[in-house]
Amino acid sequence: MMSNLQSQTEHHLDADSVGADDIGSNNVEDNIENSGSHNNEGGRTRDKTASLNPLFRMQFEKAQGCYVLLFPEGMIKLNPSAAEILKRVDGSNTANAICVELRQAFPDAPDDLEEDVHAFLVHAEQKKWIRYDE
Amino acid sequence: MTNNTDVDLQADVPNSISPPLWLLAEITYQCPLHCPYCSNPVNMEETFNELSTEHWERVLREAREMGAVQLGFSGGEPLLRKDLEHLVAYARALGFYTNLITSGIGMTEKRIAKLKEAGLDHIQLSFQAANAEVNDLIGNKRHSFEQKLKIAKLVKQYNYPMVLNFCITAQNIHEIEDVMALSEQLNADFVELATVQYYGWAYENRDHLLPTLQQLQKAETAVNRYRAQQNGKGPTFIFVSPDYYESRPKACMNGWGTTFLTVTPDGSALPCHSAKILPLRFPNVKERSLHDIWHQDFSFNHFRGDSWMPSPCRDCDEKDKDFGGCRCQAYLLTGDMYKTDPVCSKSPDHHLMKGITDKAGTAPSKALQYRKVEKPIPILEVSTTR
Repeated sequence: MMSNLQSQTEHHLDADSVGADDIGSNNVEDNIENSGSHNNEGGRTRDKTASLNPLFRMQFEKAQGCYVLLFPEGMIKLNPSAAEILKRVDGSNTANAICVELRQAFPDAPDDLEEDVHAFLVHAEQKKWIRYDE
Repeated sequence: MTNNTDVDLQADVPNSISPPLWLLAEITYQCPLHCPYCSNPVNMEETFNELSTEHWERVLREAREMGAVQLGFSGGEPLLRKDLEHLVAYARALGFYTNLITSGIGMTEKRIAKLKEAGLDHIQLSFQAANAEVNDLIGNKRHSFEQKLKIAKLVKQYNYPMVLNFCITAQNIHEIEDVMALSEQLNADFVELATVQYYGWAYENRDHLLPTLQQLQKAETAVNRYRAQQNGKGPTFIFVSPDYYESRPKACMNGWGTTFLTVTPDGSALPCHSAKILPLRFPNVKERSLHDIWHQDFSFNHFRGDSWMPSPCRDCDEKDKDFGGCRCQAYLLTGDMYKTDPVCSKSPDHHLMKGITDKAGTAPSKALQYRKVEKPIPILEVSTTR
């Protein structure tokens, strides 16, 4: 029953799999630029409403000094940018609306803010952290 | 927006001891099943000396204050504690992500609804096999498979994330394709195909449980084949192979006293749930705060860092990757908890592994023991060929 807690050689299907390992590893999404190019990614979903996958719970962790995504037996630490985006993924905003909100909240952000947001959302969808209403 | 630097979160923690992130609350060792691979201690003296609800509340509070965020209610069978719903609600209010690790035996629709109301985040349900015959035989309980199927449906009906855990042994490894098909049919989110690790009762029964290398390779091929045709749909399968066949040890517990904290039914605080077998004196939460235990106790500090390490670990460039492997495994296999985990091919004791794995698939010299039984029962006899 408890064998999963004693970490062993694991063969994961993908990086965001469940496992006790995840919580201790440096699963920090600290560079969202790596997650997608600055091209027209996310074009398919920009006017669709995004919501957090119910498998995940997002909250601020004082001990970590950051927002985290919690899921069965695991945790992903979010950098401030990722957290600002995901806070707005609430089941009522489209990707485009999230960009507008972020631009208002951070007027001094660089010009490529919108592209970064879309690239991150593509990454988040691939990781199954978020999903879009059809 | 994107030029963030990751802050070194450990830098301001005194003595560079990171806080425990994972609290495993083994609230009872009592269990309606008798699986011969159980990781619980073989010495069951703790079974009837359980912490009170108030003790557990304090443990949860103190762990959360230190930064623990993942909480596993485990056992034994945690459903046997009548205060489970209360403890879940208490933990959830503190901000824990609450995981229930259960056999499903004793679960009812009424309880699953109450647990949802209490804020339970996730249910991990164990199966012993993908069919009633083998499942009920391994757990030594009739109708348990039927009950598990019923509970799996309820878990989904009540919108919990569902992780299924199949403990894989020589008795069921040949049915791994059936296991995957059943998991998909039950709409599991994640499935752990976890080859049993050899601690507790599983160590006692190891020669019965350990699959052969050929069986493992066949199973892994089957898992990969199944994944390939999933097209991103269905459960995520996690295959855990036994480290007995590896040449490098596992990074056990992500390093001693770095991430995991187990509290056992009687209040013993351990760096992992097997550690009590070691010749160390472990503290009890009834006597000291968790903070004191985590930061100051001799046992928790004993294998932190690398100053305890023997050769070849001491000079090894991989020591920060695997931390010398598992202390319990070193102790069980060599009799010395300070030695390099014999799984490592650099260990002078590595030949022990071959001695064990060579015997896999042959008739063990001693009879298989079910966990905690009052009277003798028939030896587990499950065909390992299709």
